[in-house]
Amino acid sequence: MAFAAFSSTAAPPTDAPPRRRSKVALLLLLPGILYLVLFFLAPLVSLILTSLQAPTEFGDIGMYSYAFRWENYVAVVEQYWPHILRSFGYAIVATVLALAFSYPLAYFIGVTARKWPLLQSLMLVLVIAPFFISFLLRTLAWKQILSDESFLVTSLKAVSLLAPDAHLTGTAFSVIFGLTYNFIPFMTLPLYTTLERLDLRYLEAGNDLYASGFHTFRTVTIPLSMPGIVAGTLLTFIPAAGDYINASRDFLGGADTQMIGNVIEANFLVLLNYPAAAALSIILMTVILVIVGVYVKRSGTEELL
Amino acid sequence: MRRLSLGTWLLPVYSALALIFLMIPIVYTFVFSFNDSLKSNITWRGFTLDKWLNVCAVQNGAVCEAFGNSLIIGVVATVIATTLGTMIAIALVRYRFRFRAGTSLLLFLPMATPEVVLGAGLAAQFLSLGVPKDMLTIILAHTMFCISFVVVTVKARVAGLDPALEEAGRDLYGSPAQVFARITFPLLLPGILAAALLSFALSFDDFIITNFNSGAVTTFPKYIYISASRGIPAEANVIASMVFILALVIVVTAQVSAGARAKRQARQG
Repeated sequence: MAFAAFSSTAAPPTDAPPRRRSKVALLLLLPGILYLVLFFLAPLVSLILTSLQAPTEFGDIGMYSYAFRWENYVAVVEQYWPHILRSFGYAIVATVLALAFSYPLAYFIGVTARKWPLLQSLMLVLVIAPFFISFLLRTLAWKQILSDESFLVTSLKAVSLLAPDAHLTGTAFSVIFGLTYNFIPFMTLPLYTTLERLDLRYLEAGNDLYASGFHTFRTVTIPLSMPGIVAGTLLTFIPAAGDYINASRDFLGGADTQMIGNVIEANFLVLLNYPAAAALSIILMTVILVIVGVYVKRSGTEELL
Repeated sequence: MRRLSLGTWLLPVYSALALIFLMIPIVYTFVFSFNDSLKSNITWRGFTLDKWLNVCAVQNGAVCEAFGNSLIIGVVATVIATTLGTMIAIALVRYRFRFRAGTSLLLFLPMATPEVVLGAGLAAQFLSLGVPKDMLTIILAHTMFCISFVVVTVKARVAGLDPALEEAGRDLYGSPAQVFARITFPLLLPGILAAALLSFALSFDDFIITNFNSGAVTTFPKYIYISASRGIPAEANVIASMVFILALVIVVTAQVSAGARAKRQARQG
């Protein structure tokens, strides 16, 4: 016991970097930081400025001048609130589904398969394999598989599991399905990382204390894998909320599944309404940052309890 | 010793089914690369090797041109992002400096920002500065979102580096440059290579940010997006399948060699 306590307080040597040669540190940091300031921070500032622009008087379509037109925000919320709500709704459902799908899989790879390292690495390669095939092509593959003429849909209709005039593509179902599928690896990998380090003796302790399997799972396994759950849900939720491939009409979406990403793209690249696209981007980013902040804080305190 | 009773047979069966489910679109894409299709590649019309043998023949080589653009962009963005990111990672682990929290936040934010916001932001900046969108703007954009991922990957490697090895080099009168070139860099190399691969993969498959900053230049994902409404030629499936096989070979090789290294270390104690 004393030994365990000692070893846990001994900090690794890299925890407190020595203060030396800060000039070298500056030289190492400066190019990269400057790059991010120029091509990440500055664009965010110009996005805010663009979102407040007003159309140039007597100008062509797509001509805007700097102004302080905060009404742009009111206008886009009034026009696009269904898209905004839909984006976060779809993203939340897809994140929950991906978590439900990934947790048992990650548990099997990280805990059950520990005895067989080869199986473990093989399964991990299969989990990340979807990353190696083009994102757009794998989404299109699902579109073909779920299309009206496909084997799947015709058989579902033959056994009356699907109404004769029903479609799978172009619906909320197919968009959420695509979002879930495409971001599953982002969920499974962090879950695997924490479950792989799960100390099985805690589970045995739960068993020894006559806790049921479910009770041990709920009170021991889940809290211990919380870092993986938080990381996985964020890595899934953020790209899902901003995605516009799955919801695009040429992919898995339809006219009434358009998400905020689709309207940002349409406003920026097709309608040349840059202020609207910028205002929507700022709204998307703000909401995501708020959700992430609240979520990290809440899950952090829950972890302590 | 009983653990979760659920784990006895239900869990392995579920996991196998889950992995099969994940493979479905990959197998589909691969199978349809052999389809004797005409313009669009939707219904199965028979097996052919033609598309594999003449990848660049379709549409005057539009697929291959897009693929080539993606390669160039991926390589250049990866080289820049890996260099800048590795420097930051070393500084973050090895040095204490002011604005450390700010630096970490600046590195975290691009990863927490949806791609559509990154893409629209850069496009808005290029627009207001009057910069024409071409290959260069795509490279600038890709480098930006790759840096943070490089830092995260390399940082873990720097943190795991035993400072005693570098001290030994300095004790033996190695100049800082010698110590870096002969000790630090070779030890960091696996991490740097992993970061470069990740960075290239992110750049190669990126569509959203590219779409906002590419102007008339077509990358491989953008080609697929544009052709999606009128049908994707099977040649696109061929290229995607080739990339898939190459990536698989690289990852499996890395896994096997890492496994062999771990075994060797375990034997040496």
